[in-house]
Amino acid sequence: MKLKIKNLVKKFESTTAVDNISFEIEKNKTLGLLGPNGCGKTTSIGMMLGLITPTSGKIFINEISLEPKNRIELLSLMNFASPYIELPKKLTVKQNLEIYARLYGVEKISERITEMTEDLNLKTFLNKKTGELSSGQKNRVSLAKSLINKPKLLFLDEPTASLDPDVGDFIREYLEKYKKNNELTMLLASHNMTEVERLCDSIVMMKQGQIVDQGTCAELTSKHGRKNLEDTFLKIARSKNEFK
Amino acid sequence: MNLNKIFALSLRHIYLIKGSFPRILDLIYWPTIQIFLWGFISKFFTLNSSFYENTVGIILSAAILYDFLFRSSISYNMMFLEEIWSRNFTNLFIAPIKVSEIIAALTFTAIFRTLIGLVPASIIAIPLFGVSIFKIGFPLIFLLVTLYIFGVTLGLLVTAGLVRFGPSFENIAWASLFFLAPLGCIYYPIEILPEWLQIIAKLLPLVHIFEEMRNILIYDIVDYYQILKAILISFIYFVMGIIVFYWSYDGAKDRGTLINIGE
Repeated sequence: MKLKIKNLVKKFESTTAVDNISFEIEKNKTLGLLGPNGCGKTTSIGMMLGLITPTSGKIFINEISLEPKNRIELLSLMNFASPYIELPKKLTVKQNLEIYARLYGVEKISERITEMTEDLNLKTFLNKKTGELSSGQKNRVSLAKSLINKPKLLFLDEPTASLDPDVGDFIREYLEKYKKNNELTMLLASHNMTEVERLCDSIVMMKQGQIVDQGTCAELTSKHGRKNLEDTFLKIARSKNEFK
Repeated sequence: MNLNKIFALSLRHIYLIKGSFPRILDLIYWPTIQIFLWGFISKFFTLNSSFYENTVGIILSAAILYDFLFRSSISYNMMFLEEIWSRNFTNLFIAPIKVSEIIAALTFTAIFRTLIGLVPASIIAIPLFGVSIFKIGFPLIFLLVTLYIFGVTLGLLVTAGLVRFGPSFENIAWASLFFLAPLGCIYYPIEILPEWLQIIAKLLPLVHIFEEMRNILIYDIVDYYQILKAILISFIYFVMGIIVFYWSYDGAKDRGTLINIGE
C-alpha cells in the first residue's frame, strides 16, 4: 500500500502545527518520521489516521484520497499502535482483541486471536485484565490489536518507548519478521535512533512543523557529516532553522 | 449501518458490566435507594393529602419514571466516559466505524444498564409500598419509550459536549438532568409553575409524560394525543441531538482534540 502526503498543512488558530509537508512511502517500505517534541509528528499522524482535519493538502492511500466518503474503506486497511493510547483496562486481553477484531470485520476471529497471541507470546495472560499487565505486556497487546486486521498500512508512534531493552528488541524483531512475511507499509515515529536505523528504509526529519530533510539513513548521516543517525538528529534539532 | 460493529461496541460494555459485581451492585443500588426514599414520602402524602388520597403511589410512580429517564441518560454518558477514562478513545475513532454506529451502539446498550437498575427497584416497590408502575397499563410502554428517547438525547448532548470540550465537561453530565427537573413537572401539575415558565415547560416532553401519568393514575383516562405529542417532541430533540453530536465531532476533528481526549 502506498501512502502519499501532498502539501499538508494544519493550523490551530494562529499556530501552524504542520507546515506544507509532502512525502511518499512506497508499498512495503518503512518510513521513519523523526523530529524533536512538538515538531508536528503526532498531528501529521493524526491527519493520516483521519482523526484531524487538515487545513489544506491531501493524503492519498493507494491513490485514494482520505476523505470522509472513503474513510471507512481506508481505515479498515490501516491500524495504529502507541503506548500513549490504551485498551480498556477492565477487559481481558482476549475480550479486547475480540472486540477490535469485530470492529475491523475480521473473519475467523478465534483463529486470528490464537495466531496473534502465539506470535507475540500473549497466551499465558490471554484471560488476564489488560490493566493488570506490565508495560511490556501492554505494548505487545497493543501491537496485537494493531495487527489484528492484517493492516496494509501501519502507523507506530514510539512503539518501544519506556520498554526494557529485551522487550524492545523482541518487538523490533517481531516487526521485522512480520514485514518479511506480510504485505505491510509502515510509518514509524520514534525517538530511538537505533530502532529507526534498524527498521526504516527512509527518513523524514521534521522541525517546527516543516520537513527539514529526508532520505535514507546513510544519505542523511553522510550529508550532515555525522557518524550515526543520533548525531545527525541532534545536529538538525539544535540547528537554528538553516535547513528550512 | 453494520450490525456486527454495533454489536462489537455493545459487547465492550456488556463485558465490562458482566465482569464486575460492584458495577452491577452500583447500577441497582441508586434506583433502589430512590424507591425507598420516595416510597416513604409518597406514603406520607397519600395519608395526608386530599389530592392524592384516592390514588396510592403517584409520587412513587413519578419517581420511578423520572429515575428511568435519569438512568438512561447517565448510562449513555457513562459508556462514553468509560472510553475517555480508559484512554481508548483514539483506538475507537481510528477503527472503521461510522459515527452513526457509535450512536446506535450507545443507544441500544444504555437500555441494558438502565433496566439492570430499574427492574429490581420497580419490583421491590410492589410488596414494600403496594405501588406497581405496571398499573399504568399499556400506555406505560409509550411513556417509557418517550422517556428513553429523551434520556438518550440528553446523553447525546452531553457526549457532544465531551467531544467538544473534553473530560472537563464531565460535571455537566451529572448536572444536566437536575437542570431540567424543575421544568419537567415530575411531582407537581404544570399549573404550579408561573405562566411564562409553563410555556417553556410545554416545549419539553417531560411535562406531557408526567401530566399523562397523573391523568391515568388519578382519573383513569388515557389521552393518546398527549402521548403522541410527547413522542414527537422527544423525537425532534433526538434528531437535534444527533446533529449537535456530528457538529461537535467535526469540530473536534478540526481542533485535533480526538487524538488526546483521554489525556
